[in-house]
Amino acid sequence: MSKLSLIIKREYLTRVTKKSFIIGTLLAPLGLLVYMLVIVGLTKYESGGEIKVAVLDEAGVIKQMPDDKGIRFIPTSGKTLEQLKTEVQNKQFDGVLQIPPLGSFSKKEHTVFYHSDDRLAPEKSSVIERKVGKKIRDFKIDSLKLDPQALDMLETKVAIDPEKITGSGDDDSKYTAGVGLVIGGIMAFIMFFMVTMYGAMVMRSVMEEKTNRIVEVMMSSVRPFELMLGKIIGAGAVGLTQVLIWVVLGGGVMLLVPLFMGGIDPSQMQGAMPAPGEMPTIDPEEIEGETFRFMTEIGKQNWPLIIFSFIVFFLGGYFIYSSLFAAIGSAIGDDLGEGQSLTLPVMIPIILAFYITAFAGMRNPNSGLMVFASMFPLFSPIVMPFRMAFSPPIWQIILSLALVVAAAFFFVWLAGRIYRVGILLYGKKVTFKEIGKWMFYKG
Amino acid sequence: MILSIQDVVKTYGSHTAVNHVSFDVPKGSVFGLLGPNGAGKTSLIRMITTITGPDSGTILLNGEKLNERTPEKIGYMPEERGLYKKMKVGEQLLYLAQLKGLTKAEAHSRIYHWLTKFDIKDWWNKKIEDLSKGMQQKIQFIATVVHQPPLLILDEPFTGLDPINTSLIKDEIRQLNEEGTSIIFSTHRMEQVEEMCDHIVLINRGENVLCGEVQHIKNQYKQNHYRVDWQGDLPGEFAQRFPIVKREKHAVTVQLHDEKESNDLLIYLIQSGVHITHFEEILPTFDEIFIRTVEGEQQPVKS
Repeated sequence: MSKLSLIIKREYLTRVTKKSFIIGTLLAPLGLLVYMLVIVGLTKYESGGEIKVAVLDEAGVIKQMPDDKGIRFIPTSGKTLEQLKTEVQNKQFDGVLQIPPLGSFSKKEHTVFYHSDDRLAPEKSSVIERKVGKKIRDFKIDSLKLDPQALDMLETKVAIDPEKITGSGDDDSKYTAGVGLVIGGIMAFIMFFMVTMYGAMVMRSVMEEKTNRIVEVMMSSVRPFELMLGKIIGAGAVGLTQVLIWVVLGGGVMLLVPLFMGGIDPSQMQGAMPAPGEMPTIDPEEIEGETFRFMTEIGKQNWPLIIFSFIVFFLGGYFIYSSLFAAIGSAIGDDLGEGQSLTLPVMIPIILAFYITAFAGMRNPNSGLMVFASMFPLFSPIVMPFRMAFSPPIWQIILSLALVVAAAFFFVWLAGRIYRVGILLYGKKVTFKEIGKWMFYKG
Repeated sequence: MILSIQDVVKTYGSHTAVNHVSFDVPKGSVFGLLGPNGAGKTSLIRMITTITGPDSGTILLNGEKLNERTPEKIGYMPEERGLYKKMKVGEQLLYLAQLKGLTKAEAHSRIYHWLTKFDIKDWWNKKIEDLSKGMQQKIQFIATVVHQPPLLILDEPFTGLDPINTSLIKDEIRQLNEEGTSIIFSTHRMEQVEEMCDHIVLINRGENVLCGEVQHIKNQYKQNHYRVDWQGDLPGEFAQRFPIVKREKHAVTVQLHDEKESNDLLIYLIQSGVHITHFEEILPTFDEIFIRTVEGEQQPVKS
């Protein structure tokens, strides 16, 4: 077995057999499960409890209002505001909803009053606003003798579908952005996760070897570059193992959650959603259509190319960033606090790439900035997968891939230059200037 | 020659760590690599072990230029020692041995042999962090010699060891040496140099300031001091005849012009009727040679 593979094997095995790894790997999906259950529980949770509201309808717009979201609307006839207020004080109601006369129909705003010493929860107050607004609308339609069906006809949903003039086949739609964002987002997330977890793991392990002083023994057996590369590959393999386990376990969790969801009272679930008839109705056929178009868009993507590039960008990005971490780890030695402050410059490009994608990319995926960012190797692993959904010129994809591979080699080489000097240096605070000098030391 | 250092230079930035150093390590010798802190010993060792390379000059191991197979022929125990704390003794030794080019089976049987020899077979599954410092040192020693290298480089091998383990490791080193292993021994402890080494090189400020056979160097540095223990009374004019360096109750150390004068001293004493109980030539200790050479370097004597 070659030395490099021996090192990779050790780096991999010592990590995956650690108790902390096994526990962490198994507990994370459990944590996710708990998290999702909490979310589900929160949607079930009704704030407050039921309140009784007396409706004093001076405008005469409301004949009857169905109960909603823990609010019972009780019509009152003939009672004055003062009487109702007393009744509130006598705890017969929680509050009085006073709807003053409408006045002119041209008025676009109308204030209604809620009399109570208890505060109205924000959710309830918006429910009341929405319901009263709807009632006033109905009242106006009725009074003006308008045809509700004719009114419905006024609503038209417009979707823009970009069509290319030259070339055929690759037809973008508004769903392309969605697909791009999903691909880019997943990539950014995985990159960020891998780099922070396993890049930092490489760094810690380098620091540990330096503090342990085993490194000099190792250096007399293997070349520093082999040791560093072995570490990077070993830790990366650990990361992939963990991700793989999570994908499998996470899939299981996803299957489990609906089982818990099934235990929820459907009427309450309905309560959490706007009651039918109060919101613009969504045609089920339309939803189907949207889904279909989204799926078509996904189907239209050049998946072999995307997956291939995804892997190349992922590996390239991982090697670039983890080698930077290895270099930093070799330079700082046993001061973990210092290490954390030095990792920040490494994290910034990842965060920046993510923001560029999220803001500039959404506005115009083919802007100059985006083209640059999708070529620049510190950004491209996150930016290019996003752009690929918008079918950029093929030469840009190839150039970007070539650049990221070249950069990966370059950064690993560069980190190796720093590593071989830093790893044997003790007891000195190292500046970036000095690290710069190390690159030019002879072997 | 097992090792030949020829005009080696190593610089770090503007600092010259090793400045045109040359010396040879004879096959089968125990060779002392001496020098004050920061003299360039570690830089030299790192070049021999191929951790770094020289800027110029040549290093030959067994007549061959250093290459990627070199690490397998050298066993190096650095002064700053360490092991993977979380690894088990057996795994750790297997790993290090395989990195030195042994197959797994070979490594396994040799490690087993050494653990048996040190009577620590049952440590195989113990984690390094659970061992005492002295115990770790033993494991470190095994890791250094397990691939049977023809050249061993030991940097302060006895620091942190108790007297029992020191003598145990010392015996192992001697035995390896008798079996033909050449040993480079880097230390500050001059009594160990005198005890173990047959050749030395003294490095100061990156330069080779003294080099050769231990006996030869001692003779070179001797100041013709002789010590006599006697009973009876010394003649009054003794001190005028032989300048006294050091006077004790029944012993005196004198300075002679050359070594032939020792006979004159004895004849003089015998004729004066003094009863001589002990007579020896005082050779300089390596401590003295070390200090004289290094200080002489730093403050050159004006003549």
